[in-house]
Amino acid sequence: MKKLINGVDNIVDEMLDGMIAAYPKYLKRLDGFDVVVRAGGSDGKVALVSGGGSGHEPAHGGFVGKGMLDGAIAGAVFTSPTPDQIFEAIKAANGGKGVLLVIKNYTGDVMNFEMAADMARDEGIEVDQVITADDVAVENSTWTTGRRGIAGTIFVHKLAGACAEAGGDLAEVKRIAEKVIANVRSMGMAVDACTVPAAGKPSFDLAEDEIEIGIGIHGEPGVNREKIGSVNDIADKLLAKIFAEGIYNAGDEVAVMVNGMGGTPLMELFVANKHISEVLAGKNINVYKTLVGNYMTSLDMEGFSITLLKVDDELKKFLDAPADTPAFVQV
Amino acid sequence: MSTRVYDCLKAIGEKIIENKDFLTELDREIGDADHGVNMARGFQSVIEKVSQDDPDIGAALKKTGMTLLSTVGGASGPLYGTAYMEAAKVFADKQTVTAEDFKAALEAAIAGIQKRGKAEKGEKTMLDSLLPALDAYSEKIAAGGSIVDGLDAACAAAREGIEFTKTIAATKGRASYLGDRSIGHQDPGATSATMTLEVIRDFLKG
Repeated sequence: MKKLINGVDNIVDEMLDGMIAAYPKYLKRLDGFDVVVRAGGSDGKVALVSGGGSGHEPAHGGFVGKGMLDGAIAGAVFTSPTPDQIFEAIKAANGGKGVLLVIKNYTGDVMNFEMAADMARDEGIEVDQVITADDVAVENSTWTTGRRGIAGTIFVHKLAGACAEAGGDLAEVKRIAEKVIANVRSMGMAVDACTVPAAGKPSFDLAEDEIEIGIGIHGEPGVNREKIGSVNDIADKLLAKIFAEGIYNAGDEVAVMVNGMGGTPLMELFVANKHISEVLAGKNINVYKTLVGNYMTSLDMEGFSITLLKVDDELKKFLDAPADTPAFVQV
Repeated sequence: MSTRVYDCLKAIGEKIIENKDFLTELDREIGDADHGVNMARGFQSVIEKVSQDDPDIGAALKKTGMTLLSTVGGASGPLYGTAYMEAAKVFADKQTVTAEDFKAALEAAIAGIQKRGKAEKGEKTMLDSLLPALDAYSEKIAAGGSIVDGLDAACAAAREGIEFTKTIAATKGRASYLGDRSIGHQDPGATSATMTLEVIRDFLKG
Protein backbone atom coordinates (compact mmCIF):
# COMPACT_ATOMS: atom_id res chain seq x y z
CA MET A 1 0.00 0.00 0.00
CA LYS A 2 1.31 3.42 -0.96
CA LYS A 3 -0.57 6.24 0.76
CA LEU A 4 0.19 9.84 1.67
CA ILE A 5 -0.42 9.38 5.39
CA ASN A 6 1.41 9.70 8.68
CA GLY A 7 -0.16 6.55 10.08
CA VAL A 8 -3.54 4.89 9.85
CA ASP A 9 -4.80 5.82 13.30
CA ASN A 10 -4.95 9.60 12.93
CA ILE A 11 -6.18 9.97 9.39
CA VAL A 12 -9.65 11.31 10.17
CA ASP A 13 -8.36 13.65 12.86
CA GLU A 14 -5.61 15.06 10.65
CA MET A 15 -7.95 15.37 7.69
CA LEU A 16 -10.46 17.40 9.70
CA ASP A 17 -7.80 19.73 11.06
CA GLY A 18 -6.49 20.14 7.52
CA MET A 19 -9.95 21.03 6.29
CA ILE A 20 -10.34 23.63 9.03
CA ALA A 21 -6.93 25.07 8.16
CA ALA A 22 -8.00 25.31 4.51
CA TYR A 23 -11.49 26.71 5.07
CA PRO A 24 -11.61 28.74 8.29
CA LYS A 25 -14.11 31.07 6.63
CA TYR A 26 -16.55 28.19 6.25
CA LEU A 27 -15.86 25.63 8.93
CA LYS A 28 -15.07 25.15 12.56
CA ARG A 29 -14.47 21.89 14.37
CA LEU A 30 -16.16 21.00 17.63
CA ASP A 31 -13.46 20.59 20.23
CA GLY A 32 -12.76 16.94 20.88
CA PHE A 33 -15.19 15.67 18.25
CA ASP A 34 -15.01 14.62 14.63
CA VAL A 35 -17.65 17.15 13.77
CA VAL A 36 -17.54 20.27 11.60
CA VAL A 37 -20.17 23.00 11.65
CA ARG A 38 -20.56 26.34 9.93
CA ALA A 39 -18.01 28.85 11.19
CA GLY A 40 -20.75 31.46 11.49
CA GLY A 41 -23.32 29.21 13.14
CA SER A 42 -26.84 28.47 11.96
CA ASP A 43 -29.08 30.66 14.10
CA GLY A 44 -32.66 31.19 13.08
CA LYS A 45 -32.95 28.49 10.45
CA VAL A 46 -33.62 24.79 10.21
CA ALA A 47 -30.28 22.99 10.41
CA LEU A 48 -29.27 20.17 8.09
CA VAL A 49 -26.88 17.61 9.55
CA SER A 50 -25.37 14.71 7.65
CA GLY A 51 -22.37 12.46 7.92
CA GLY A 52 -21.13 8.95 7.62
CA GLY A 53 -17.93 7.05 7.41
CA SER A 54 -14.89 8.94 6.17
CA GLY A 55 -13.35 8.23 2.79
CA HIS A 56 -16.11 9.90 0.74
CA GLU A 57 -14.60 13.37 0.69
CA PRO A 58 -15.60 16.03 -0.03
CA ALA A 59 -18.76 14.44 1.44
CA HIS A 60 -19.91 15.43 3.87
CA GLY A 61 -17.85 18.15 5.58
CA GLY A 62 -17.07 19.82 2.26
CA PHE A 63 -20.75 20.65 1.85
CA VAL A 64 -21.10 22.49 5.13
CA GLY A 65 -21.85 26.12 4.38
CA LYS A 66 -24.47 28.55 3.22
CA GLY A 67 -27.23 26.88 1.22
CA MET A 68 -26.28 23.32 2.09
CA LEU A 69 -25.36 21.59 5.37
CA ASP A 70 -25.01 23.06 8.84
CA GLY A 71 -23.02 20.24 10.37
CA ALA A 72 -21.25 17.05 9.32
CA ILE A 73 -19.91 14.11 11.30
CA ALA A 74 -16.93 12.10 10.10
CA GLY A 75 -16.80 8.48 11.27
CA ALA A 76 -13.82 6.19 10.93
CA VAL A 77 -13.07 5.22 7.33
CA PHE A 78 -16.21 3.61 5.88
CA THR A 79 -17.67 3.23 9.39
CA SER A 80 -20.72 5.09 10.62
CA PRO A 81 -20.03 7.74 13.24
CA THR A 82 -21.18 7.02 16.78
CA PRO A 83 -24.31 8.46 18.45
CA ASP A 84 -22.40 10.71 20.86
CA GLN A 85 -20.60 12.41 17.96
CA ILE A 86 -23.84 12.83 16.01
CA PHE A 87 -25.56 14.15 19.14
CA GLU A 88 -22.87 16.83 19.50
CA ALA A 89 -23.33 17.81 15.85
CA ILE A 90 -27.09 18.12 16.32
CA LYS A 91 -26.66 20.31 19.40
CA ALA A 92 -24.06 22.52 17.75
CA ALA A 93 -25.91 22.92 14.45
CA ASN A 94 -29.30 23.53 16.05
CA GLY A 95 -30.27 27.13 15.43
CA GLY A 96 -33.50 26.88 17.34
CA LYS A 97 -35.70 25.86 14.41
CA GLY A 98 -35.09 22.13 14.47
CA VAL A 99 -32.64 19.79 12.82
CA LEU A 100 -33.09 17.52 9.81
CA LEU A 101 -30.75 14.53 9.63
CA VAL A 102 -29.80 13.35 6.14
CA ILE A 103 -28.85 9.69 6.54
CA LYS A 104 -27.52 7.38 3.85
CA ASN A 105 -29.28 4.02 4.01
CA TYR A 106 -26.84 1.69 5.74
CA THR A 107 -27.76 -0.39 8.78
CA GLY A 108 -25.12 1.20 11.00
CA ASP A 109 -25.72 4.76 9.87
CA VAL A 110 -29.47 4.52 10.44
CA MET A 111 -29.05 3.01 13.94
CA ASN A 112 -26.42 5.50 15.09
CA PHE A 113 -28.28 8.54 13.75
CA GLU A 114 -31.59 7.35 15.24
CA MET A 115 -29.99 6.85 18.64
CA ALA A 116 -28.51 10.34 18.45
CA ALA A 117 -31.90 11.73 17.43
CA ASP A 118 -33.44 10.11 20.53
CA MET A 119 -30.76 11.68 22.71
CA ALA A 120 -31.40 15.10 21.15
CA ARG A 121 -35.17 14.81 21.59
CA ASP A 122 -34.60 13.99 25.25
CA GLU A 123 -32.93 17.40 25.48
CA GLY A 124 -35.87 19.09 23.81
CA ILE A 125 -34.34 19.58 20.37
CA GLU A 126 -36.75 19.08 17.48
CA VAL A 127 -35.19 16.45 15.20
CA ASP A 128 -36.46 14.73 12.10
CA GLN A 129 -34.75 12.60 9.49
CA VAL A 130 -34.71 11.46 5.89
CA ILE A 131 -32.95 8.40 4.53
CA THR A 132 -31.39 8.48 1.07
CA ALA A 133 -31.51 5.27 -0.95
CA ASP A 134 -30.75 6.21 -4.54
CA ASP A 135 -28.59 3.28 -5.67
CA VAL A 136 -30.54 1.25 -8.23
CA ALA A 137 -27.86 -1.44 -8.32
CA VAL A 138 -29.32 -2.89 -5.15
CA GLU A 139 -32.80 -4.34 -5.20
CA ASN A 140 -35.20 -2.78 -2.80
CA SER A 141 -37.03 -5.67 -1.23
CA THR A 142 -37.94 -7.09 2.11
CA TRP A 143 -34.99 -9.41 1.61
CA THR A 144 -32.35 -6.74 1.83
CA THR A 145 -31.61 -3.76 4.03
CA GLY A 146 -32.92 -1.69 1.13
CA ARG A 147 -31.13 0.44 -1.39
CA ARG A 148 -27.91 2.17 -0.51
CA GLY A 149 -27.57 5.92 -0.29
CA ILE A 150 -24.85 7.16 -2.65
CA ALA A 151 -24.10 10.27 -4.74
CA GLY A 152 -27.74 11.32 -5.02
CA THR A 153 -27.44 12.34 -1.37
CA ILE A 154 -25.58 15.47 -2.52
CA PHE A 155 -28.71 16.69 -4.32
CA VAL A 156 -30.59 16.29 -1.03
CA HIS A 157 -27.96 18.43 0.70
CA LYS A 158 -28.24 21.05 -2.05
CA LEU A 159 -31.99 21.34 -2.44
CA ALA A 160 -33.12 20.78 1.15
CA GLY A 161 -30.28 23.08 2.20
CA ALA A 162 -31.59 25.79 -0.12
CA CYS A 163 -35.08 25.33 1.30
CA ALA A 164 -33.76 25.72 4.85
CA GLU A 165 -31.74 28.78 3.85
CA ALA A 166 -34.90 30.29 2.33
CA GLY A 167 -36.64 30.01 5.69
CA GLY A 168 -38.57 26.77 5.24
CA ASP A 169 -39.67 25.19 8.51
CA LEU A 170 -38.63 21.67 9.49
CA ALA A 171 -41.65 20.01 7.86
CA GLU A 172 -41.11 21.94 4.64
CA VAL A 173 -37.38 21.18 4.49
CA LYS A 174 -38.17 17.52 5.08
CA ARG A 175 -40.80 17.59 2.33
CA ILE A 176 -38.26 18.94 -0.16
CA ALA A 177 -35.66 16.40 0.95
CA GLU A 178 -38.17 13.58 0.43
CA LYS A 179 -39.23 14.98 -2.92
CA VAL A 180 -35.59 14.88 -4.02
CA ILE A 181 -35.23 11.34 -2.69
CA ALA A 182 -38.31 10.24 -4.64
CA ASN A 183 -36.90 11.68 -7.86
CA VAL A 184 -33.21 10.84 -7.66
CA ARG A 185 -31.54 7.59 -8.76
CA SER A 186 -27.90 6.63 -9.18
CA MET A 187 -25.72 3.78 -10.25
CA GLY A 188 -21.96 3.36 -10.12
CA MET A 189 -19.18 1.17 -11.38
CA ALA A 190 -15.53 0.53 -10.62
CA VAL A 191 -12.54 0.02 -12.85
CA ASP A 192 -10.41 -0.74 -9.84
CA ALA A 193 -10.90 -1.21 -6.08
CA CYS A 194 -10.12 1.17 -3.26
CA THR A 195 -7.68 0.45 -0.46
CA VAL A 196 -8.87 1.16 3.09
CA PRO A 197 -5.75 2.42 4.90
CA ALA A 198 -6.29 0.24 7.97
CA ALA A 199 -6.75 -2.83 5.77
CA GLY A 200 -3.70 -2.07 3.65
CA LYS A 201 -4.87 -3.99 0.64
CA PRO A 202 -7.54 -3.49 -2.03
CA SER A 203 -11.11 -4.31 -0.93
CA PHE A 204 -11.52 -6.67 -3.86
CA ASP A 205 -9.55 -7.87 -6.82
CA LEU A 206 -10.36 -7.10 -10.42
CA ALA A 207 -8.40 -8.55 -13.32
CA GLU A 208 -6.63 -6.14 -15.64
CA ASP A 209 -9.56 -6.18 -18.11
CA GLU A 210 -12.43 -6.52 -15.58
CA ILE A 211 -14.86 -4.00 -14.16
CA GLU A 212 -17.56 -4.20 -11.47
CA ILE A 213 -20.95 -2.79 -12.46
CA GLY A 214 -23.16 -1.51 -9.67
CA ILE A 215 -20.40 -1.04 -7.11
CA GLY A 216 -21.24 0.58 -3.76
CA ILE A 217 -19.26 3.49 -2.36
CA HIS A 218 -17.50 1.23 0.15
CA GLY A 219 -16.38 -1.20 -2.50
CA GLU A 220 -19.33 -3.50 -1.84
CA PRO A 221 -19.99 -5.87 -4.70
CA GLY A 222 -22.32 -4.77 -7.44
CA VAL A 223 -24.57 -6.39 -9.95
CA ASN A 224 -22.00 -8.18 -12.00
CA ARG A 225 -18.39 -8.37 -12.96
CA GLU A 226 -17.54 -8.19 -16.63
CA LYS A 227 -14.94 -7.37 -19.27
CA ILE A 228 -14.29 -3.69 -19.68
CA GLY A 229 -15.84 -2.01 -22.72
CA SER A 230 -15.87 1.59 -23.93
CA VAL A 231 -17.02 4.26 -21.51
CA ASN A 232 -20.04 4.79 -23.77
CA ASP A 233 -21.03 1.15 -23.35
CA ILE A 234 -20.50 1.32 -19.60
CA ALA A 235 -22.54 4.53 -19.29
CA ASP A 236 -25.31 2.87 -21.34
CA LYS A 237 -25.46 -0.01 -18.85
CA LEU A 238 -25.69 2.31 -15.85
CA LEU A 239 -28.29 4.48 -17.56
CA ALA A 240 -30.36 1.45 -18.59
CA LYS A 241 -30.80 0.45 -14.93
CA ILE A 242 -31.67 4.03 -14.00
CA PHE A 243 -34.16 4.40 -16.85
CA ALA A 244 -35.76 1.08 -15.87
CA GLU A 245 -37.08 2.87 -12.79
CA GLY A 246 -39.62 4.54 -15.07
CA ILE A 247 -39.10 7.95 -13.48
CA TYR A 248 -37.35 9.69 -16.36
CA ASN A 249 -39.44 10.03 -19.50
CA ALA A 250 -39.56 12.03 -22.72
CA GLY A 251 -40.36 15.63 -21.98
CA ASP A 252 -38.95 15.51 -18.45
CA GLU A 253 -36.20 17.75 -17.17
CA VAL A 254 -33.30 16.37 -15.15
CA ALA A 255 -30.23 17.42 -13.26
CA VAL A 256 -27.27 15.14 -13.97
CA MET A 257 -24.34 14.30 -11.73
CA VAL A 258 -21.36 12.47 -13.14
CA ASN A 259 -19.51 11.62 -9.96
CA GLY A 260 -15.93 10.43 -9.74
CA MET A 261 -15.10 7.73 -7.19
CA GLY A 262 -11.80 9.36 -6.27
CA GLY A 263 -9.26 7.78 -8.57
CA THR A 264 -10.71 8.65 -11.97
CA PRO A 265 -9.48 11.69 -13.91
CA LEU A 266 -11.97 14.45 -14.68
CA MET A 267 -11.07 13.96 -18.32
CA GLU A 268 -12.73 10.55 -18.26
CA LEU A 269 -15.76 11.91 -16.40
CA PHE A 270 -16.24 14.53 -19.11
CA VAL A 271 -15.91 11.89 -21.82
CA ALA A 272 -18.65 9.96 -20.02
CA ASN A 273 -20.78 13.07 -19.74
CA LYS A 274 -20.57 13.73 -23.48
CA HIS A 275 -22.26 10.42 -24.10
CA ILE A 276 -24.72 10.75 -21.21
CA SER A 277 -25.88 14.13 -22.51
CA GLU A 278 -26.34 12.67 -25.99
CA VAL A 279 -28.33 9.70 -24.70
CA LEU A 280 -30.60 12.00 -22.71
CA ALA A 281 -31.09 14.28 -25.73
CA GLY A 282 -31.94 11.20 -27.81
CA LYS A 283 -34.66 10.34 -25.30
CA ASN A 284 -35.97 13.89 -25.42
CA ILE A 285 -35.08 14.40 -21.75
CA ASN A 286 -33.89 17.95 -21.17
CA VAL A 287 -30.75 18.42 -19.09
CA TYR A 288 -31.41 21.39 -16.82
CA LYS A 289 -28.09 21.32 -15.01
CA THR A 290 -25.02 19.08 -14.98
CA LEU A 291 -22.45 18.52 -12.25
CA VAL A 292 -19.24 16.71 -13.14
CA GLY A 293 -16.65 16.04 -10.48
CA ASN A 294 -15.74 14.25 -7.27
CA TYR A 295 -18.69 14.72 -4.92
CA MET A 296 -19.14 11.35 -3.19
CA THR A 297 -15.90 9.44 -3.50
CA SER A 298 -14.72 6.07 -2.32
CA LEU A 299 -11.11 6.72 -1.31
CA ASP A 300 -8.91 5.92 -4.32
CA MET A 301 -11.43 3.79 -6.16
CA GLU A 302 -11.36 4.20 -9.91
CA GLY A 303 -14.79 4.49 -11.40
CA PHE A 304 -17.80 6.75 -11.51
CA SER A 305 -21.50 6.94 -10.86
CA ILE A 306 -24.30 8.57 -12.78
CA THR A 307 -27.13 10.31 -10.92
CA LEU A 308 -30.32 11.68 -12.42
CA LEU A 309 -32.70 13.96 -10.55
CA LYS A 310 -36.02 14.77 -12.15
CA VAL A 311 -36.80 18.43 -11.52
CA ASP A 312 -39.94 20.53 -11.66
CA ASP A 313 -40.22 24.28 -11.12
CA GLU A 314 -40.04 23.94 -7.36
CA LEU A 315 -36.94 21.75 -7.37
CA LYS A 316 -35.30 23.93 -10.06
CA LYS A 317 -35.69 26.94 -7.79
CA PHE A 318 -33.81 25.18 -4.98
CA LEU A 319 -31.26 23.71 -7.38
CA ASP A 320 -30.49 27.20 -8.68
CA ALA A 321 -30.33 28.88 -5.28
CA PRO A 322 -26.90 30.14 -4.26
CA ALA A 323 -24.58 27.93 -2.23
CA ASP A 324 -21.25 28.72 -0.69
CA THR A 325 -19.39 25.73 0.76
CA PRO A 326 -15.83 24.45 0.47
CA ALA A 327 -16.75 21.88 -2.18
CA PHE A 328 -19.70 23.49 -3.92
CA VAL A 329 -20.03 27.15 -4.78
CA GLN A 330 -22.83 28.58 -6.86
CA VAL A 331 -23.59 32.27 -7.14
CA MET B 1 -17.81 -8.66 43.13
CA SER B 2 -17.23 -5.56 41.12
CA THR B 3 -13.64 -6.71 40.84
CA ARG B 4 -14.97 -9.91 39.36
CA VAL B 5 -17.18 -8.15 36.81
CA TYR B 6 -14.24 -6.00 35.86
CA ASP B 7 -12.10 -9.09 35.31
CA CYS B 8 -14.84 -10.72 33.28
CA LEU B 9 -15.34 -7.69 31.03
CA LYS B 10 -11.58 -7.51 30.59
CA ALA B 11 -11.52 -11.17 29.58
CA ILE B 12 -14.26 -10.55 27.00
CA GLY B 13 -12.29 -7.60 25.66
CA GLU B 14 -9.09 -9.59 25.44
CA LYS B 15 -10.85 -12.37 23.58
CA ILE B 16 -12.31 -9.92 21.04
CA ILE B 17 -8.97 -8.15 20.59
CA GLU B 18 -7.22 -11.50 20.17
CA ASN B 19 -9.71 -12.37 17.42
CA LYS B 20 -9.62 -8.98 15.70
CA ASP B 21 -8.20 -10.29 12.43
CA PHE B 22 -10.39 -13.40 12.42
CA LEU B 23 -13.60 -11.39 12.88
CA THR B 24 -12.49 -8.85 10.30
CA GLU B 25 -11.73 -11.57 7.79
CA LEU B 26 -15.20 -13.10 8.30
CA ASP B 27 -16.63 -9.66 7.63
CA ARG B 28 -14.45 -9.15 4.56
CA GLU B 29 -16.12 -12.16 2.95
CA ILE B 30 -19.69 -10.90 3.25
CA GLY B 31 -19.60 -7.38 4.66
CA ASP B 32 -17.25 -4.45 4.81
CA ALA B 33 -14.23 -5.91 6.57
CA ASP B 34 -14.35 -3.93 9.79
CA HIS B 35 -16.12 -6.00 12.47
CA GLY B 36 -12.96 -7.10 14.27
CA VAL B 37 -11.23 -3.75 13.89
CA ASN B 38 -14.22 -1.84 15.25
CA MET B 39 -14.97 -4.24 18.10
CA ALA B 40 -11.32 -4.36 19.14
CA ARG B 41 -11.15 -0.57 19.21
CA GLY B 42 -14.27 -0.52 21.38
CA PHE B 43 -13.13 -3.14 23.85
CA GLN B 44 -9.67 -1.60 24.12
CA SER B 45 -11.50 1.47 25.34
CA VAL B 46 -13.71 -0.62 27.66
CA ILE B 47 -10.64 -2.19 29.27
CA GLU B 48 -9.22 1.28 29.86
CA LYS B 49 -12.42 2.80 31.22
CA VAL B 50 -14.09 0.11 33.29
CA SER B 51 -12.41 -0.01 36.65
CA GLN B 52 -12.42 -2.05 39.79
CA ASP B 53 -13.93 0.94 41.52
CA ASP B 54 -17.21 0.68 39.66
CA PRO B 55 -19.67 0.26 42.54
CA ASP B 56 -21.76 -2.60 41.16
CA ILE B 57 -22.27 -4.89 38.19
CA GLY B 58 -24.90 -2.64 36.71
CA ALA B 59 -22.57 0.36 36.74
CA ALA B 60 -19.77 -1.59 35.08
CA LEU B 61 -22.06 -2.95 32.38
CA LYS B 62 -23.58 0.46 31.76
CA LYS B 63 -20.15 1.99 31.34
CA THR B 64 -19.25 -0.84 28.97
CA GLY B 65 -22.36 -0.19 26.88
CA MET B 66 -21.80 3.56 26.73
CA THR B 67 -18.16 3.05 25.80
CA LEU B 68 -18.98 0.59 23.01
CA LEU B 69 -21.64 2.95 21.75
CA SER B 70 -19.19 5.82 21.49
CA THR B 71 -16.20 3.95 20.10
CA VAL B 72 -17.27 1.06 17.87
CA GLY B 73 -19.43 2.73 15.23
CA GLY B 74 -21.03 0.87 12.36
CA ALA B 75 -23.93 -1.42 13.25
CA SER B 76 -22.09 -3.34 15.96
CA GLY B 77 -21.65 -0.27 18.17
CA PRO B 78 -25.35 0.44 18.69
CA LEU B 79 -26.20 -3.27 18.90
CA TYR B 80 -23.59 -4.31 21.45
CA GLY B 81 -23.87 -0.96 23.23
CA THR B 82 -27.61 -1.44 23.61
CA ALA B 83 -27.17 -5.05 24.73
CA TYR B 84 -24.82 -4.13 27.59
CA MET B 85 -26.90 -1.15 28.65
CA GLU B 86 -30.08 -3.22 28.77
CA ALA B 87 -28.33 -5.96 30.73
CA ALA B 88 -27.02 -3.27 33.07
CA LYS B 89 -30.56 -2.40 34.13
CA VAL B 90 -31.08 -5.94 35.43
CA PHE B 91 -27.92 -5.69 37.53
CA ALA B 92 -28.47 -2.18 38.89
CA ASP B 93 -27.05 -2.02 42.44
CA LYS B 94 -26.23 -5.73 42.39
CA GLN B 95 -22.94 -7.27 43.47
CA THR B 96 -23.69 -10.88 42.60
CA VAL B 97 -25.19 -12.84 39.72
CA THR B 98 -27.91 -15.45 40.13
CA ALA B 99 -28.99 -17.84 37.40
CA GLU B 100 -32.32 -15.99 37.17
CA ASP B 101 -30.62 -12.59 36.93
CA PHE B 102 -28.43 -13.83 34.13
CA LYS B 103 -31.48 -15.06 32.24
CA ALA B 104 -33.22 -11.73 32.72
CA ALA B 105 -30.11 -9.88 31.55
CA LEU B 106 -29.73 -12.04 28.46
CA GLU B 107 -33.41 -11.53 27.68
CA ALA B 108 -33.11 -7.78 28.11
CA ALA B 109 -29.97 -7.62 25.98
CA ILE B 110 -31.57 -9.59 23.17
CA ALA B 111 -34.76 -7.53 23.32
CA GLY B 112 -32.62 -4.39 23.00
CA ILE B 113 -30.74 -5.81 20.02
CA GLN B 114 -34.01 -6.76 18.33
CA LYS B 115 -35.55 -3.37 18.92
CA ARG B 116 -32.49 -1.54 17.62
CA GLY B 117 -31.72 -3.83 14.71
CA LYS B 118 -35.29 -4.76 13.79
CA ALA B 119 -34.16 -8.30 13.07
CA GLU B 120 -35.64 -11.74 13.68
CA LYS B 121 -34.15 -15.19 13.89
CA GLY B 122 -32.98 -16.54 10.54
CA GLU B 123 -31.66 -13.30 9.05
CA LYS B 124 -27.98 -14.23 9.45
CA THR B 125 -27.23 -11.99 12.40
CA MET B 126 -25.98 -12.33 15.97
CA LEU B 127 -29.55 -13.24 16.94
CA ASP B 128 -29.10 -16.61 15.27
CA SER B 129 -26.67 -17.45 18.06
CA LEU B 130 -28.22 -15.45 20.88
CA LEU B 131 -31.85 -16.57 20.60
CA PRO B 132 -31.05 -20.32 20.68
CA ALA B 133 -28.57 -19.60 23.48
CA LEU B 134 -31.29 -17.96 25.54
CA ASP B 135 -33.68 -20.87 24.94
CA ALA B 136 -31.06 -23.44 25.90
CA TYR B 137 -30.06 -21.47 28.98
CA SER B 138 -33.65 -21.03 30.15
CA GLU B 139 -34.45 -24.69 29.68
CA LYS B 140 -31.40 -25.75 31.65
CA ILE B 141 -31.99 -23.57 34.66
CA ALA B 142 -35.73 -24.31 34.66
CA ALA B 143 -34.67 -27.94 35.14
CA GLY B 144 -32.67 -26.92 38.15
CA GLY B 145 -29.31 -26.36 36.47
CA SER B 146 -26.76 -23.89 37.76
CA ILE B 147 -25.68 -20.73 35.94
CA VAL B 148 -22.67 -22.62 34.58
CA ASP B 149 -24.87 -25.51 33.41
CA GLY B 150 -27.08 -23.00 31.70
CA LEU B 151 -24.13 -21.29 30.05
CA ASP B 152 -22.72 -24.62 28.88
CA ALA B 153 -26.00 -25.30 27.10
CA ALA B 154 -26.18 -21.71 25.83
CA CYS B 155 -22.68 -21.83 24.36
CA ALA B 156 -23.36 -25.11 22.59
CA ALA B 157 -26.56 -23.67 21.12
CA ALA B 158 -24.76 -20.49 20.10
CA ARG B 159 -22.07 -22.53 18.30
CA GLU B 160 -24.84 -24.39 16.46
CA GLY B 161 -26.28 -20.99 15.65
CA ILE B 162 -23.02 -20.01 13.96
CA GLU B 163 -23.20 -23.18 11.87
CA PHE B 164 -26.81 -22.32 11.01
CA THR B 165 -25.78 -18.88 9.71
CA LYS B 166 -23.59 -20.62 7.14
CA THR B 167 -26.66 -22.23 5.61
CA ILE B 168 -28.77 -19.10 5.11
CA ALA B 169 -28.65 -15.89 3.11
CA ALA B 170 -28.47 -12.58 4.93
CA THR B 171 -31.53 -10.36 4.88
CA LYS B 172 -30.23 -7.75 7.31
CA GLY B 173 -27.09 -5.69 7.30
CA ARG B 174 -24.57 -5.12 4.56
CA ALA B 175 -24.31 -8.82 3.75
CA SER B 176 -27.92 -8.71 2.55
CA TYR B 177 -26.77 -7.01 -0.67
CA LEU B 178 -25.01 -10.25 -1.59
CA GLY B 179 -28.23 -12.23 -1.60
CA ASP B 180 -27.52 -15.95 -1.98
CA ARG B 181 -23.81 -15.23 -2.35
CA SER B 182 -23.72 -14.85 1.45
CA ILE B 183 -24.63 -18.53 1.90
CA GLY B 184 -21.67 -20.63 3.00
CA HIS B 185 -20.17 -17.88 5.15
CA GLN B 186 -20.59 -17.66 8.90
CA ASP B 187 -21.92 -14.44 10.36
CA PRO B 188 -19.29 -12.30 12.10
CA GLY B 189 -21.81 -10.93 14.62
CA ALA B 190 -23.01 -14.39 15.60
CA THR B 191 -19.37 -15.32 16.02
CA SER B 192 -18.46 -12.43 18.31
CA ALA B 193 -21.67 -12.93 20.32
CA THR B 194 -20.84 -16.61 20.84
CA MET B 195 -17.29 -15.75 21.89
CA THR B 196 -18.73 -13.39 24.49
CA LEU B 197 -20.92 -16.10 26.02
CA GLU B 198 -18.02 -18.55 26.03
CA VAL B 199 -15.75 -16.14 27.87
CA ILE B 200 -18.44 -15.56 30.52
CA ARG B 201 -18.90 -19.30 30.94
CA ASP B 202 -15.18 -19.96 31.19
CA PHE B 203 -14.82 -17.09 33.61
CA LEU B 204 -17.57 -18.38 35.90
CA LYS B 205 -16.13 -21.89 35.72
CA GLY B 206 -12.62 -20.67 36.43
